[in-house]
Amino acid sequence: MGVLNLDDLLRRTAPQVLAAVVRRYGDFDTSEDAVQEALLAAAQQWPAEGVPDDPRAWLIRVAARRRVELLRNETARRRREALPPDPVPDVRGDDELTLLLLCCHPALTAVSQVALTLRAVGGLSTAEIARALLVPEATVGQRISRAKRRIRESGAGFVMPAAGELGERLTGVRQVLYLIFNEGHTASEGSRLHRVELTTEAIRLTRQLRAMLPDDGEVAGLLSLMLLTDARRPARTRPDGGLVPLAEQDRTRWDRSAITEGIEIITDALQRTPVGPLQIQAAIAAVHDEAERSSDTDWAQILALYDLLNALAPGPMVTLNRVVAYAEVNGPQAGLKALEDAAADPALAGHHRVAAIRAHLLDRTGDRDRARNEYRHAARLTLSLPERRYLETRAARL
Amino acid sequence: MKYLILIQSNPRSLAAWDKMSDAERMDFGVGHLKLTDEMIEAGVHVASEGLADPTLAKWVSVRNGETIASDGPFAEVKEHLAGFYLIDCPSEQEAIGWAAKVPDALHTEVEVRPVLDMSGWEF
Repeated sequence: MGVLNLDDLLRRTAPQVLAAVVRRYGDFDTSEDAVQEALLAAAQQWPAEGVPDDPRAWLIRVAARRRVELLRNETARRRREALPPDPVPDVRGDDELTLLLLCCHPALTAVSQVALTLRAVGGLSTAEIARALLVPEATVGQRISRAKRRIRESGAGFVMPAAGELGERLTGVRQVLYLIFNEGHTASEGSRLHRVELTTEAIRLTRQLRAMLPDDGEVAGLLSLMLLTDARRPARTRPDGGLVPLAEQDRTRWDRSAITEGIEIITDALQRTPVGPLQIQAAIAAVHDEAERSSDTDWAQILALYDLLNALAPGPMVTLNRVVAYAEVNGPQAGLKALEDAAADPALAGHHRVAAIRAHLLDRTGDRDRARNEYRHAARLTLSLPERRYLETRAARL
Repeated sequence: MKYLILIQSNPRSLAAWDKMSDAERMDFGVGHLKLTDEMIEAGVHVASEGLADPTLAKWVSVRNGETIASDGPFAEVKEHLAGFYLIDCPSEQEAIGWAAKVPDALHTEVEVRPVLDMSGWEF
C-alpha cells in the first residue's frame, strides 16, 4: 500500500475509531488523545509491518489500550481508580454523525469547532491543520485542547441530540463545514507543498455527512455549492496569484465532472426536499456554471433566485449580490440606483464590495473618472491581496 | 483573520516611561509576558516580539546588484516601531479587545491593522 493510500485509509477510519472509543468510555478528551497516538503508531508500524486484516479493529484496540495508559499516568498521581472492564468497543452506524455534532458543539467558538472537526473527524494531525490554517502548531494545539476542555465542562455527552434539537445542531455543523471550505479560499495560494487543501477536505467531510443524511436538502445544497464553486478554482487565479473575475475566466478550465455532480445533487435536492438558503445558493452557482460563455449567463434566473434567497435568508451580502444580478438584467444606471439603496444599510458602511460594484457599474455607464476613483477606493478597503491587485489593475486600465 | 498590533515608541511613550517607578516598569514588562501567555492559551497567538533600539538598525538597499547596509537616519526620527503582536482571531472587535490588554495602551495608543489574506470572491 502506498503512503497516500495509507494516509487516506487512516483518515477515513479515524472518526469511526474515535467514535467507537468515545461511545464505549464516554471521555472524549482522553479518548481523542489516545486515538491520535494509535494513528501515529499505525503510520509508523504499518508501512514496515503491513496493514492488519482489520485496520479499524487494530486501531480501536491500540487506542483503548493507550487510553488506559493515559488514565493510569493521570490517576497515579491521585489514587488508583478501578478501571472498567475493557471489551473492544464496536462501531455503530450513527457514531460518526454523533462525533461530528460533538465537534461542532455550540459551546465551542468557531475557530475551535474548525480545529477539532479537522482533527477528530478529518483525521488530520495538529501540524497539518496548522499548515493549512497558516498559524503555528502550538496555536492549533491550544485551540483543540481548549475545545476538549469546553466539551468536558459543558457536560456534553457522546449522544445524538434530541429530535427537536437536531435541526439547529445540524445548521451549526453545516456552518463549520462551510467555514472550513472558505478557510481554504482564504489561504488558497502560497506554498502548496505538504499542505492539505481545506476546500478538498471540506468537500470530503460534507460528502460523508451527506452519506449519513441523504434526505437533508441543505446538506445536499452545501455539497453542491462547494462542488460548483470549487470547480472554477483552476480558472480563478493567474499563475502569479492574480484574481480572474467570473466574467473573464477561461471556462474550458473549469472542472466539468465537479460541475456535473454539483448540478445533479442540487437538481435532486430541489425536487424532493424543502427548499433552503444553501440550495438556492447552489442553484445560483449552477446557473453560472451552466453558461458556456459569460454572455450566455441567464441573469434573469439568477435575479429570481436572489429574490427568493432575499425572502428566505436576507442579509447584506445577499442584497449586494442581488444588485449585481439586477444591474445585469436592467442596465447599469438602474443598478447604480439599486446599489445606493442597498448601501444605506449600516452593515455595508465602508464595505469594499459596495465600492467595487459601484466602480464596475460606473465603468459600464462610461463614467471613467468616477469608475477609476471607486476602483482605487475599493482597492484600499479590501482585506484580500489578490482583490487589491485586481482592483488596482482595473483602475489603471481606465 | 490575522491582525497586527503595533506598538510605537514616541516622545509621549518615553515621557510616560520616565515617570514610572521601578515597580511600575516591572509590572509593565510582566504585563507583556502575561499577555503573550494569555494569547497562546486562548489559541490566537501567531508571533510577538519586542524590537531592539533603532540605533542598532541597518538600512539595506540593493543598487546595481550590490547590497548596501548603512546606519539609519534615526537622529531625526521621533517615532519608531518598538514591538508587535501578530494574532489570528475571527473579528476586528476581538482584536481590539486584545489590543486593549497591551500595557502600552494605558499610556499611549496601540494600532490594530488587518493583515491581507489570499481570499478572493468572484464578480
